[in-house]
Amino acid sequence: MILSAIFFYLFAAICIASAFMVIAAKNPVHSVLFLILAFVNASGLFVLLGAEFLAMILIIVYVGAVAVLFLFVVMMLDVDFAELRQGFLQYLPIGAVIGIILLVELVLVVGTWVIAPDLAKEVASPIPPLATMLNTEALGHVLYTRYIYFFQAAGVVLLVAMVGAIVLTLHHKPNVKRQNIAAQVARSKATAIEIVKVRSGQGL
Amino acid sequence: MTVGLGHYLTVAAILFTLGIFGIFINRKNVIVILMSIELILLAVNINLVSFSAFLGDLVGQVFALLVLTVAAAEAAIGLAILVAYFRNRGSIAVEDINLMKG
Repeated sequence: MILSAIFFYLFAAICIASAFMVIAAKNPVHSVLFLILAFVNASGLFVLLGAEFLAMILIIVYVGAVAVLFLFVVMMLDVDFAELRQGFLQYLPIGAVIGIILLVELVLVVGTWVIAPDLAKEVASPIPPLATMLNTEALGHVLYTRYIYFFQAAGVVLLVAMVGAIVLTLHHKPNVKRQNIAAQVARSKATAIEIVKVRSGQGL
Repeated sequence: MTVGLGHYLTVAAILFTLGIFGIFINRKNVIVILMSIELILLAVNINLVSFSAFLGDLVGQVFALLVLTVAAAEAAIGLAILVAYFRNRGSIAVEDINLMKG
């Protein structure tokens, strides 16, 4: 019990500190690296909560895909980041005011809020005990049966995002020769070959 | 010393606030704004998973999975828009994005 509390405070402290560094770092590459650190520690929190599958998915999806995507874009775009940081202090007061208001509201909501005592009877799909079924298996039993339509909808969202990202970033340079398959297929004997009668003793 | 639901909710609330704060203080840098949105979605995910764990209901984790999907899709689309915008304008300053304003 004491060990899990120690690890909770460790993960939470590193997560919050690196989240602060994400928004405060001068160099966006450092921001991305701190984002990775925040996600890794959040997945540690998920493990403490008993959601191992989500923790591993968080590592794979965020650290493996999203953060690397960010890193690619930060390094690919040739942007003067020092210029972008001007006005940092100008927006600091209004940002701080809004952040503090939001934090106070969240603390008030969470502090005064209690779980309804008879909520345990209305649980939609209870977590099975760890001895009988692992978290991944239990999640699969629920996700592929009762929430199959949500699962499919998530797949459609990913498909649309993929098509959209390709359409947005694909562009053809005008001076690059490309294979035109339709024109190739549409060639017939009449357009493809020319028959020339060459008289003997003369060239063409 | 026992860690309860409130501890996790506090972490999520601080992360959420840091995300909002990041959007406001990095108003010129779209990349950091996108990263702040990722932080906000991470805070939401921590909330969902901690409620799921402490109420003993698996549906919260299913929903967190969907939020994760949407976050990944949003990052991909946002960065694609950013790359297309940079190709057109040669800069990613947010304040220049008012061309469609009449």
